[in-house]
Amino acid sequence: MIRDTYAEEIAGLLARYPDKKSAVLPLMHLAQEEYGYMSYEAMREVAELLNLDPTHILSLAGFYSLYYEEPTGTYVLEICNDLACALRGADEFVEMATGKLNIPVEGTTSDGLFTIKTVMCLGACDRAPMLQCNLKFEENLDEAKFDELLARLRAESAGNVRPSSVVERINAFARQTE
Amino acid sequence: MAHILLRHREIPDLEKLDVYLANGGYDGLKKALSMSPEEVISVVRSANLRGRGGAGFPAGIKWGFIPKTDGPKYILINTDESETGTFKDRELVERNPHQVIEGAIIAAYAVGAELIFNYFRGEYMDAGYAFEQALRDCYAQGLLGQDILGSGFCCDFYCHYGAGAYICGEETALINSLAGELGQPWSKPPFPAVEGLYGKPTVVNNTETMANVPPILVNGGEWYTSMGVEGSPGVKIVCMSGHVEKPGNYEVEWGVTYRELIEMAGGMRGGRAFKALLPSGGSGPVVTAEALAAPLSYPGLPPYGSVMGSASVIVMDETTDMVWAAYKMIHFFRHESCGKCTPCREGTYWMEQVLDRIYHGRGTAADIAVLEDVATQMKGKCLCALGEFAVSPVLSTIAHFLDEYKAKVSLSAKAELIEEAVLATA
Repeated sequence: MIRDTYAEEIAGLLARYPDKKSAVLPLMHLAQEEYGYMSYEAMREVAELLNLDPTHILSLAGFYSLYYEEPTGTYVLEICNDLACALRGADEFVEMATGKLNIPVEGTTSDGLFTIKTVMCLGACDRAPMLQCNLKFEENLDEAKFDELLARLRAESAGNVRPSSVVERINAFARQTE
Repeated sequence: MAHILLRHREIPDLEKLDVYLANGGYDGLKKALSMSPEEVISVVRSANLRGRGGAGFPAGIKWGFIPKTDGPKYILINTDESETGTFKDRELVERNPHQVIEGAIIAAYAVGAELIFNYFRGEYMDAGYAFEQALRDCYAQGLLGQDILGSGFCCDFYCHYGAGAYICGEETALINSLAGELGQPWSKPPFPAVEGLYGKPTVVNNTETMANVPPILVNGGEWYTSMGVEGSPGVKIVCMSGHVEKPGNYEVEWGVTYRELIEMAGGMRGGRAFKALLPSGGSGPVVTAEALAAPLSYPGLPPYGSVMGSASVIVMDETTDMVWAAYKMIHFFRHESCGKCTPCREGTYWMEQVLDRIYHGRGTAADIAVLEDVATQMKGKCLCALGEFAVSPVLSTIAHFLDEYKAKVSLSAKAELIEEAVLATA
């Protein structure tokens, strides 16, 4: 229950908006952090916190691309292969990355560690090829740097380090009101 | 010339409040607070500061539309930067956040707003995280909150994060998104200045627009209009991407030519020949070499059939398949169409389907006409600019590179003939 896990953050978020309905996107970010994706349970919880109909949360989850409607790997590698990045080799990079992990785009590795998605412009066209891994930008990539990234994430996960997440970032801004 | 917006290029650690203050930071705000709100608006109006998100509407006039009544009013900064090829606002919020904050507080004072939100696209959460630190420092120094710098003016400032939707850069969609609704635009009127966030008067300004405000307050409107060209005064950050040696942000005075911009970005990558460029990300028609002589300004590109927009210049060399480029852009617009109005929702879908056929060698000559027809039918019928933007890569590539389209469909025609011949002999 995010009501319990993130009680402090939720209170901070609700306090900053003249209308608490405005907190729905940040609360959905928190719920996704808790459940790994926007499960029905997660949606119902957000809806209850804001007195909204759960179908409203469902429509938002479908509308915004950062909410996942299916479970993902621990690390979601979202590679931009939009025009500006593709002019600098992003499509070839996607092919290399999916080949290396032996999964299709939108696929997850069998160890549950990595999901690869292709996404629209992330605003880092000058540092293509690039991707965001759980919202953290990795830029100026090539095969060697991708190998390094995978090795780093595998080591992190073996050491039980929690992946870089939205929570600490949401935390920081929820607490600002204090 | 020293940078006016990308000042962090000369001043290390400018994102820190003490460094910003030591370099004239918040002098614009101090000056504004010593003036009346009307005087502040008139200074910004005299500078003819035009909106940097792409539409180019004068900020001073926009602020002037806010009614002088009591009651809540809001300032929203648009950091939803999602146009393909655009990455200027991210550099500003990460490296020179205080100039954006200062501009927004001045705007709030000018229109009598007591609450500012900076709407970041969800993917910029890391940039927002750093920006939050700058806000906390401001609160600690009395630059935000109650009685700012002893002036009696009170103002709060929060960050808000979207969750991945290009359309939320459209001001009414941004307002809906911030209100917890689907990020879909509404048909104006009502304009946000009258009925915006929570139905209250609201100013929505682009991040780069806000960063221009403090130096204008300090140096005056005349100083600002002494830079640039007639109708397009001041400085602009241009995002150079694609086939150039040194992609990145370049701050320039308006009036430089597109040829000079490419030279600034290190020239064409690998010394290859220039073929075409998209001057405003995916949202403006593609132009060819003749347009390289055009100046960066609002009237500069229309003679070449295009627009300056947010000045996100995607450069393409001789190796670029223009049907592929059009397909990439339409894929983007189909994905980002919010689905509210039929011409855009259906039009982008069908344009992608037809382009997919043509690009993958399954198209016929009739498909080119169908594509052109769908695009033409969409024009002028969409609820917001997204749908209008979506037709430009299609119509402009057909206009300039019809041969490439024809080659693709004739190849598929040949393949069909061969297939038929093979079947006949089998």
